[in-house]
Amino acid sequence: MNLNSEVLKKIVQKVADTRPDEIGCGDCFEQLDRFAELVLSGKPVRDAMPLVQDHLKRCKDCREEFEVLLSLLMSMN
Amino acid sequence: MLQLHEKRDKSMNQRTNQQWLSDLRGPQQDQALTDLRAVLGRGLYFALVNRVPANKLEALVDDFAQDALLKILDNLETFRGESRFTTWAQKIAVRVAFTELRRQRWKDISLQDLLPQDAQGDFTPAILADPDQDPEGQVVKNAMIAITQRLIMEELTDRQRQAMLAIIVGGMPMEEVARRMNTNRNALYKLMHDARQRLKSSLAAEGLTPEEVLASFGEG
Repeated sequence: MNLNSEVLKKIVQKVADTRPDEIGCGDCFEQLDRFAELVLSGKPVRDAMPLVQDHLKRCKDCREEFEVLLSLLMSMN
Repeated sequence: MLQLHEKRDKSMNQRTNQQWLSDLRGPQQDQALTDLRAVLGRGLYFALVNRVPANKLEALVDDFAQDALLKILDNLETFRGESRFTTWAQKIAVRVAFTELRRQRWKDISLQDLLPQDAQGDFTPAILADPDQDPEGQVVKNAMIAITQRLIMEELTDRQRQAMLAIIVGGMPMEEVARRMNTNRNALYKLMHDARQRLKSSLAAEGLTPEEVLASFGEG
């Protein structure tokens, strides 16, 4: 199988972003409710729960669920 | 009627985490289940209203609320009290709903379908696609392409390569790739992380960084 340069570039971009201490979807999910409430509290979250934030940047599935959770919580509060 | 709803909502919101847990486990269970289902239903309605056809919305909200309720009851002991109980419960409901929506959306697509035709096959000589690139740069780029290609084929396992192409190139949700590979999302993330780390160390063994490879591709 040969892969074209666009595909290779996408893969290498992901490799470049890799860090050794990434958490998985399970760890992220466990902390997601806490992180959502932290965001909702309006306090600065730039440095809070950095591994959760890092995972949300990388994982489209978790990010989508987090964004939905956040917006529905905002709508209900 | 509206006043009744408001009164009811107020009473739901007034339960403490401990009250939710004790009510869901005790003689107040029926009322607590009814209240929790209403909370989940309102959240799911908001989450799905712009994502599913209007004629299916109500049924899907009911189904997902019921499935989420069962999952919540099965997992009550894992609630650590680090958020409001209802936030934790909504998190589970969103996971239940989006897992099923993704399954429905991708149900007819196999992993093999995902690789675009032009992702495979012989390389188009990049110099034709990028006439402005100097010949020396082109030689470097071709060498980097060859190395990267070789490392992906030789250093990754078949499963790592298959998952990487499905997710990065095909855009399939992790959940769906995991389902097709008979694993779960968390294990798949770990597999992908191992694959990325493996490629990074393999590039290092070749004396290269990912950034150098990207620079040769025309991206710093």
